[in-house]
Amino acid sequence: MANVCKPDPAFRQAVRDRSGEPIQLCYFCHKCTAGCPVAYAMDYKPAQVLRLVQFGQKDKVLRSFAIWLCVGCEICGTRCPYRIRLVPVFDTLRYMALQEGYRPEPKVYALHRSFLDSIRLWGRVHELSMLLEYKLRSRDLFSDLAMGISLIFKGKIPILPERIRRLVQVRQLYTKRPSKP
Amino acid sequence: MRTTAVEFGLSARAVCEALGIELVELEDWSCCGASSAHSLDHELFVRLPARNVALAQAAGLDIVTPCPACYQRVLVADLQLREDRAWRREMEDLLGFTYTGQSRPRHLLEILSEPEMVDAVRERVTQPLRGLRMVSYYGCVLVRPPGITGWDSPENPVRMDRLVEAIGAEPVDWSWKVDCCGASLTLSRRDIVVTLSTRLAEAAGEAGADIIACACGLCHINLDTRQNLAEGKPVLYITELIGLAFGLPGVERWLRKHTVDPRPVLRERGLLA
Repeated sequence: MANVCKPDPAFRQAVRDRSGEPIQLCYFCHKCTAGCPVAYAMDYKPAQVLRLVQFGQKDKVLRSFAIWLCVGCEICGTRCPYRIRLVPVFDTLRYMALQEGYRPEPKVYALHRSFLDSIRLWGRVHELSMLLEYKLRSRDLFSDLAMGISLIFKGKIPILPERIRRLVQVRQLYTKRPSKP
Repeated sequence: MRTTAVEFGLSARAVCEALGIELVELEDWSCCGASSAHSLDHELFVRLPARNVALAQAAGLDIVTPCPACYQRVLVADLQLREDRAWRREMEDLLGFTYTGQSRPRHLLEILSEPEMVDAVRERVTQPLRGLRMVSYYGCVLVRPPGITGWDSPENPVRMDRLVEAIGAEPVDWSWKVDCCGASLTLSRRDIVVTLSTRLAEAAGEAGADIIACACGLCHINLDTRQNLAEGKPVLYITELIGLAFGLPGVERWLRKHTVDPRPVLRERGLLA
């Protein structure tokens, strides 16, 4: 890969600071990649993402869909000889990508957005309306219909939501943000 | 515990009641944010579970949850409340409480697999699950990261296996105990979850197991609904299995809800009418 862009040291430092992880210690043993269950589907493998961050390749990293595929299983940090946890690093990269206007992996983003919207609405996730929102956002209307109907009949997807009493408290958690940058 | 993991909720309550563990539903609890909060919003990731910490404290009880993600999120929020004084004050203001750190977040399996509990389980068994071979599937955040959860090995945990033994079944060793099922990608990247779940179900069969025992609602639904094998490998919650061994009424009500029907293999072993 010959198209390395000018390194952005501020990016590298920001990832280190915001994630709190000592990414400068990584020496590419690849245990993280070997253990990662979704590495096979990623455009950049976990160790490669870290290498790109070390080289300050902000655009490449924030544009990747690898950062959206991480499921947070924590195998990487558990096996890393320096215990560098990649979950907080990938979290940080996602927050940066969103803040800087990079397009997230659409379905992954749609799922998380719908989930968080449901909590904001009811305090607890109402699967049925959450799934509806997900399907509308992702434009994936028809997949899993049969399974969904089966689960409804088994009583696993209630029709009505459960709304908590002090919903205001949960909504405030969403809206009252600290003024610090 | 009342929706997609309803069998877990019902069986957990029934088993705890049979063991004399009093479970009080946390009043007005709210969602911890699961995978979605930390994926999009770091502040929400710690704020949502902090509310449950505040509620548990008000109730004067430890928090026990059957869900590994809730468990891990509450642990993280509790840790941050303890260590980040400025953030603690902010949360105390927003949630109207004073943090004392008295409520310990615990996972249900952690409690059920304590040595005295395992003995209590063994004593309460009326129908040992003889002849039933099962692998214990721990999943990911139940035992990782070790610095946060730490109650069993993150690579080769054994505490669920000990419970399997205690209920008279045969624990089968395998190398996939802690391999992730694909978790929250089940809708957005179904293909990945199908691949991972199928591999896990296959591996359980190769190890010679009749059944996969698990302790997580997401693992269960992924393995149960996404495995793509000619002959499905039943996946049961450890609490369903304990309930079966206890001879609790209503076990079949739980088993009916699975997608891969576990009843045939249980009937074959004479464990179900």
